[in-house]
Amino acid sequence: MLTIPRDLQDKIVAHARKDHPDEACGVLAGPAGSDRPERFIPMENAERSPTFYRFDSTEQFRVWREMDDNDEEPIVIYHSHTATEAYPSRTAISYASEPNAHYVLVSTRDEDTTEFRSYRILDGEVTEEPVTVQE
Amino acid sequence: MAIEVRIPTILRTYTGGAKQVEGTGSTLAELLDDLEARHAGLQARLVDGGALRRFVNVYLNDEDVRFLSGLDTPLKDGDTVTVLPAVAGG
Repeated sequence: MLTIPRDLQDKIVAHARKDHPDEACGVLAGPAGSDRPERFIPMENAERSPTFYRFDSTEQFRVWREMDDNDEEPIVIYHSHTATEAYPSRTAISYASEPNAHYVLVSTRDEDTTEFRSYRILDGEVTEEPVTVQE
Repeated sequence: MAIEVRIPTILRTYTGGAKQVEGTGSTLAELLDDLEARHAGLQARLVDGGALRRFVNVYLNDEDVRFLSGLDTPLKDGDTVTVLPAVAGG
């Protein structure tokens, strides 16, 4: 189950809308072991593609090093789908490399509503989980 | 000669849970051979067909080795090599 403050959910959705029609991506960092997302870190999509995302490697290094220094870890890794539903693709599943993270998918395929769903991805297995939004 | 190697969570099964290990080598390729001797299977997660795997990032100190000389990047005593799996998908 993912518990996420409303303002962080809003920031993810706003980022996805802003980058549409390219996929948006980023991280919510939180204290290591807490499972609590606290810090919003939008990342550059080095692929700049409507169907693929990749964190820029130098930016990823900087962000991961910062989290390590702050005793944080990536609690949420999010990205958006611009024309399909908010479900992880085969590539997203095979490249999922943070076993403790919640993988959030947002779909901006519809102008008026945004799908926001969360998954755990472990050893190639995807499990959807409920999302609780804290006001 | 000692090179510090930082290992991401997902590869710690090869290092008995350690987030940092030490190795030696005058190039990245030699360092990976050295690590493989003590952590069997780690090299195959990083290298495929003689080249660094596309979706793994390896950094020498602060720089992605793709911008240096890849597997031939020279190393010196006291360097830190960091491995981070790329975060990507469709």
